[in-house]
Amino acid sequence: MHYIFDGSFSGFLCCVFEAFERKEFNAIPIKDKIPETDLFSKHRMIITDDTKWNRIFVGMEKIIGKKGIQTFYHNFLADTPQAWQNGFRLIVKLFKTGSIDMGNYGNTEMLMMHQTIKKVSRERHRMKAFVRFVKSSENLYTALIEPDFNVLPLVTNFFKNRFADQHWLIYDLRRNYGYHYDGHAVQEVSRSNDERISDPYSFEVELDPRELEFQHLWITYFKSTNIESRKNIKLHLKHVPRRYWNYLVEKKGT
Amino acid sequence: MLGFDEKLKILADAAKYDVSCSSSGGKRKNGGGIGDSSASGICHTYTEDGRCVSLLKILMTNYCIYDCAFCVSRRSNDVQRSAFSVKEVVELTMNFYRRNYIEGLFLSSGIFKSADYTMERLMLVVKKLRTEERFNGYIHLKAIPGASEALLKEAGLYVDRMSVNLEIPTEEGLKLVAPEKDHQSVREPLTIVKNEIKAAQRDKKFLKKVPLFVPAGQSTQMVIGATPENDLQIMQTASEYYKDFDLKRVYYSGYIPINDKDSKLPQVGTTPPLVRENRLYQTDWLLRFYGFSLNEILNNKHQHLELDIDPKLSWALRNPQYFPIDINKADYNWIIRIPGIGTHSARKIIQARKYGKLKEFQLQKLGIAHSRAKYFMICQDTVASSGFLYPERIKKAILEHNPKSALIRSASQLSLF
Repeated sequence: MHYIFDGSFSGFLCCVFEAFERKEFNAIPIKDKIPETDLFSKHRMIITDDTKWNRIFVGMEKIIGKKGIQTFYHNFLADTPQAWQNGFRLIVKLFKTGSIDMGNYGNTEMLMMHQTIKKVSRERHRMKAFVRFVKSSENLYTALIEPDFNVLPLVTNFFKNRFADQHWLIYDLRRNYGYHYDGHAVQEVSRSNDERISDPYSFEVELDPRELEFQHLWITYFKSTNIESRKNIKLHLKHVPRRYWNYLVEKKGT
Repeated sequence: MLGFDEKLKILADAAKYDVSCSSSGGKRKNGGGIGDSSASGICHTYTEDGRCVSLLKILMTNYCIYDCAFCVSRRSNDVQRSAFSVKEVVELTMNFYRRNYIEGLFLSSGIFKSADYTMERLMLVVKKLRTEERFNGYIHLKAIPGASEALLKEAGLYVDRMSVNLEIPTEEGLKLVAPEKDHQSVREPLTIVKNEIKAAQRDKKFLKKVPLFVPAGQSTQMVIGATPENDLQIMQTASEYYKDFDLKRVYYSGYIPINDKDSKLPQVGTTPPLVRENRLYQTDWLLRFYGFSLNEILNNKHQHLELDIDPKLSWALRNPQYFPIDINKADYNWIIRIPGIGTHSARKIIQARKYGKLKEFQLQKLGIAHSRAKYFMICQDTVASSGFLYPERIKKAILEHNPKSALIRSASQLSLF
């Protein structure tokens, strides 16, 4: 049985609610579409309902606290069916037994969740590091990203605090949404599907007259600070995997 | 007149032998201006040599009145010379920072005219960044030996970290390659800054608002392999400086031959001692985070670290009487002494064993280096230990089964832990 929800965390919690309503504890939460291989298996559409997810949320908070919920939220942001299914099973277990040991690394499902959130956390950290702003003539600093996991919501506060006096936009091309900061507040923005951006650099309206100069200086610096006799490409690739190069000024096109 | 691009090339190239890139330990918050310093530090990219790039690391100038044989900017070296203006450094830092290329600035300099003249220029840059640009990112500044106390104290109000490099681990070694210098001139600025940090910490207990003073502490760097010191001497110096000056870090930088005129130094083209450098860092970590004392790892009998295995494994093989350690009973302090188990895994083990005795397969999944650890620990289902095998045999088995040993043999640079 597949539960089809809207892809939001509240929708995900509603899946748990429905599972208890209908005693369908083996349900598999998925987003939007039914996988083709499972066309003939049963599925149910789950509507996100504020009262329903709130009840689950409050119930979880009583047992595992805010920190515990945060763990499940980060696991959810891994954005994969496996992580969702594992998280779903653990929440069902939590309500069935009325308790759960969040630190029980000996348990396979719990260990898997911790390994997942570790990956999510690594990706979050990478986004803080690898975001590269391009300055436009209108003083907007824009960055495009394609993170493996849906970590953008986890870094907006970081960028808001750090770049408090500049306007910026960070856009997740893979998930087609982003956050814009106008000097006061952060707001979610998204384009409709038919407007998908294919070329990241067409995103810019008009560059600041000195933008390319500073990109060039950065590349000069990046090359000059390297020590040739210590060359270690394997280690370099471990820290800066190729999949991020497209958006890194210093690696783009190399 | 050189173009700005060319200038940046020269002054970044001359600064790169300073290995510190740490941007952690900063405490600056952003009050409406630009930037903050992340407590854990961020590496924004990595060069092809695998080193982290966190800060814009440049020299104010590579003109220098000194002639230290190991230094690329020594006055007798035939290299192109250049200098930044205060405004240029500020502008470059701000523009890189606003594009999220860097965490901040690491500013050093050759000594031109005098120590005070040089220090003043450095101070002007950091002052301008903090007061005019309202910049709250990370700043690491070199304290110039011989600069006046007043200048050091003023600079300390604007920066996160200060450092003075020892360069050569012993006074005798230093005399060989840089007769104009001595360790005392390094101790002086370190002492001034240390006392000022302490005073600020004391004031904090009584006063509400105390200005930050070098909140990320001080560090130093030693060049390894330029002069003939052994590992014991190097680590003795490191321990002494950690203790005397409350240093946050000591950096070990494998000497990269850049002088073909001085016969006392390794010849140009010699491979830098990267594995040795890595072993020294591992030792440094064992002393600071694993509760080891120096004489357990290095002493008169063992004056050099083994290159083919890490220092913890080396210590364990010399001390079979402590093993195997029972993973389900031992204290944290003993678990972290097991080769292949780090502090993170040890904490996980302590957590997990509350819910039941741990077995081999669970340990394997926790992310320890099981191929090394298995010889030194027992889990609940470990088949009765056949006693500690001959250490030499364990070492051989580990080197054969550990894919990393191939790396070590090829003398590549290793990542730290």
